[in-house]
Amino acid sequence: MPVQDFEQLFQDKIDNEIKIEPKDWMPEAYRKTNIRQISQHAHSEIVGMLPEGNWISRAPSLKRKAILLAKVQDEAGHGLYLYSAAETLGMPREEMINDLHSGKAKYSSIFNYPTLTWADIGAIGWLVDGAAIMNQVMLTRTSYGPYARAMVRICKEESFHQRQGFEILLVLSRGTTAQKAMCQDAINRWWWPALMMFGPKDSESTNSDQSMKWKIKRKTNDELRQNFVDMIAEQIKTLGMKLPDDQLKWNTERKHYDFGEIDWDEFWQVVKGNGPCNKQRLEARRKAWENGEWVREAAAAYARKRADRQKDKAA
Amino acid sequence: MNFIRKFYYGDIPDQKGSDEIKDAKNPLAGGRGAGHDWPLWEVFIRSKQGLDHKHAGSLHAADSQMAIENARDVYTRRMEGVSIWVVESKYIHASSPDEAASLYEPANDKVYRHPTFYDLPDEVNHM
Repeated sequence: MPVQDFEQLFQDKIDNEIKIEPKDWMPEAYRKTNIRQISQHAHSEIVGMLPEGNWISRAPSLKRKAILLAKVQDEAGHGLYLYSAAETLGMPREEMINDLHSGKAKYSSIFNYPTLTWADIGAIGWLVDGAAIMNQVMLTRTSYGPYARAMVRICKEESFHQRQGFEILLVLSRGTTAQKAMCQDAINRWWWPALMMFGPKDSESTNSDQSMKWKIKRKTNDELRQNFVDMIAEQIKTLGMKLPDDQLKWNTERKHYDFGEIDWDEFWQVVKGNGPCNKQRLEARRKAWENGEWVREAAAAYARKRADRQKDKAA
Repeated sequence: MNFIRKFYYGDIPDQKGSDEIKDAKNPLAGGRGAGHDWPLWEVFIRSKQGLDHKHAGSLHAADSQMAIENARDVYTRRMEGVSIWVVESKYIHASSPDEAASLYEPANDKVYRHPTFYDLPDEVNHM
């Protein structure tokens, strides 16, 4: 069969909402796009543990500490689900980790911002996880089966993350004057970076888009971002706080909130590696990998020894 | 067809990569002692007594015991399972999707295997 026919069959499947599975024929570009997107998503989960890990030892109570530990452990699990999904496309785990450590692979820029106060942990749960959930709920219907299944699992766990973040801020918002100020300060610092998580504006691309045609993505950046703004603009009323945007206003005609312009220079600077914590994050990952080498070696040696012992017993 | 790619959350194209860090020393050069020594395992989980084990996903581990312990941490953090099976991925043999048409062909023309094939009078119940 000529390649065009394979491509047509492939597109027919996509159009008919039939999922693509690992052994099915797929265009090389579809494979590559999925590998890049899934592995970057995995890296984001893993690097995402770092800003929050910063507060595990400084959480204000044992309860908060246990919750934060569980949340960070979830992020590690999400990273593993996603690495496994990318591996089904023929990408070795080692190569993905290698690409992260060398700086070749990217991860979500949001994790290059620092966590300065305890309220940041609340803001991350509410805003950063909230933005991620918008994207991830859409991805539960993505066309590549293993990615979609990983997303279903992840989404089940994410709602705890967002709720615990909102609750942290809710407690602060009802606290002392200093606690209220800390709450507002965290929202001020995380709001715009959270909006940037959805990526550049749709208008930057006028042609039809391959990721949408292949149903890897089902909503555009601007659609997702608008949904997010509409949701947060309502939720913040409960906190009695304000979003740092003078132009935020309900538009009765559009039935959506209007909002101000994102600082795209900052966005690209952080993507390019010039954010506040880019170097620190990568160094932490590399160090963790290097310091873990003896553990990996010991586990391999132990497995060999146990296998030998079983062989001896059998003999 | 000439598509312009858009950039999405979790998908930043390579060419937009960093100028700063790409020369960083490759920590995996040589790959000694890396996790890649560890084989891939498929994980099957019984969610409760009375149900089948169902494929949950895969992970890397040095041996079967470590695979079960990792599977517990990765796939059952919220009581999702009462029993775990792990099997090294290399031992899984799968049918080929390219041959699906001929493989399942024998079942194709046997509609009489389905109860709906039989027309019975309305007064016959519970059958």
